[in-house]
Amino acid sequence: MAISNKLINSQTNKEKTGNDKTINNSKAVAIVGTDAVSEAMRQINPDVVAAYPITPQTAIVESFSQLVADGLVKTHMVTVESEHSAMSAAIGASAAGSRVMTCTSSQGLAYMWELLYIASGLRLPIVMPNVNRALSAPINIHCDHSDSMGARDAGWIQIFSENAQEAYDNTLQAIRIAENPDILLPVMVLLDGFIISHAIERVEIIDNDIVSKFVGDFNPPYSLLDSQNPVSVGTFDSLYGYFFEFKRQQEEAMLNAFKVIKDVGKEFGEISGRHYGLFESVGIEDAEFAIIATGSAAGTIRHLVEDMRSRGIPIGMIKLRVYRPFPAKELAEALSGLKAVAVFDRSDTFAGNMGGPIFIELRSSLYDLQQRPLAINYIYGLGGRDLSIELIEKALGELIDAARSGQVKQTVNYLGLRE
Amino acid sequence: MAKDVMEIRWHARGGQGAVTAAKTLAEMSLAKDMYFQAFPEYGPERMGAPIQCFNRLSKKKISTYCGITQPDIVVVVDSSLLGVVDITAGLSEDGIIIVNTTDEPKTVRKKLNLNEHKLFVVDATHISLKSLGRFMPNIPMLGAVLKVTGLLEKEEAAEFLSKSFSKKFSAKIVEKNIKALKEAFGEVKGE
Repeated sequence: MAISNKLINSQTNKEKTGNDKTINNSKAVAIVGTDAVSEAMRQINPDVVAAYPITPQTAIVESFSQLVADGLVKTHMVTVESEHSAMSAAIGASAAGSRVMTCTSSQGLAYMWELLYIASGLRLPIVMPNVNRALSAPINIHCDHSDSMGARDAGWIQIFSENAQEAYDNTLQAIRIAENPDILLPVMVLLDGFIISHAIERVEIIDNDIVSKFVGDFNPPYSLLDSQNPVSVGTFDSLYGYFFEFKRQQEEAMLNAFKVIKDVGKEFGEISGRHYGLFESVGIEDAEFAIIATGSAAGTIRHLVEDMRSRGIPIGMIKLRVYRPFPAKELAEALSGLKAVAVFDRSDTFAGNMGGPIFIELRSSLYDLQQRPLAINYIYGLGGRDLSIELIEKALGELIDAARSGQVKQTVNYLGLRE
Repeated sequence: MAKDVMEIRWHARGGQGAVTAAKTLAEMSLAKDMYFQAFPEYGPERMGAPIQCFNRLSKKKISTYCGITQPDIVVVVDSSLLGVVDITAGLSEDGIIIVNTTDEPKTVRKKLNLNEHKLFVVDATHISLKSLGRFMPNIPMLGAVLKVTGLLEKEEAAEFLSKSFSKKFSAKIVEKNIKALKEAFGEVKGE
């Protein structure tokens, strides 16, 4: 019938994907986002996973526990009594020289807060997928980015995923990034709650042996259990110690991360056909104005942007992938010369009309440019409020008006708010 | 905007297996090397309460992650929802409606005050009672969707269901579901 003919006759994706060459070493499966992450964890086969097994935990731990029970991984699984203990156990195991993972979401991440700083301060390469969900109150279990944004200054690398495929890909890459000797920092892999975590999508799972080779073995530079090379971990360091120097070194590691993340993304492209950088840009070279977004919203926005570009509208977009470290220099270079940019934030800072966290940092990144684009902020989707095509179109209309008139009517806007 | 994605909205009541049907449809489209999404309307699901779930299907990669508000196809798994839920909401004039009912298409058309929409009916309740021995209309409705969209041929769909369900259910249950699926393929009628 009509619809299926339309589907069958339309061109296949392979013709469209430009630089993504087809590589025949993977298997397509239909799985939810959380299972895409636990598949990556199965292939990583970490030494230790310490996790809190019930709400606010997600199904990642449920399906990974099944893999442990079925003997499909050799992981020592520690189910603890709280998220605070989950991160504590992960820290202990990582300091002992194990490859360690945990996962969390929402209130669980909030409860880990003081330990997040200890993991990064001790330079432990723990990898933690976090399913982005709102923080109470009011009680809300749906998607927004407030949870991981609350941890933005905790010294963790933070990588956003657009969809289930990217959540899988990013989890594999995170191990390589975290364990790189120039970095040794914990990494959070972020995926949108429900929209991605609970939706079934097509995901390419790369062959086990290729992933094993890509991930490689972990050679910890220090281990608490190495009696031949004893080290002190978590010592007291007061006024006359090196606390300040330690903190500066964390910043140094973040600076090193820019290159390592790009290198790992390139290498991952060679085994998967899917190449990753600090951000993805669409049509920025010849755009007059652009949108910056992250997570699943970037997918919906890209769909609209590509359609507008095909109609000759000079719009571009940037999907921010790496939020920590924040690629300020590269973003400023990409956006230099544009007339206006609209930044989409799925969380607020409550700073008094300063806008969302991505907006604040992006606007600061543009400050040193000779010719700065105008900047507009859209805070959207808090507590899972749907970001519809109509809402994006409304924001785009305002962006185009700003670019043409040279004036921003309102800097911080709440998109889809009931007023 | 050019539409190369087929969007489906399922209306059912909690416990009627609509989410499983949407999920199975997604898996079946993988067998056709397509791209897809299947997602429920997120929230507490209560047995018997009206629920919705959704599919996007395409030959190309799908990058829209917003809710589906303008579906191409609406599937009504439980006819008691007609008049309770606005099932035609956002459905364009050339949209398709597939209803589980004992009524003739023209009766349903009148009841729903439909104009241009293509309408298909199938008595999935009767088929499920006959084949499965209980009220579980999801697989017959999936059969109707496959037939109407032409996504999979009858034998192809039966073979896939056999493979997929054998992982979770006994051979007897699998056989009954295949019978229900095939029967719906034959019995769905439209105008």
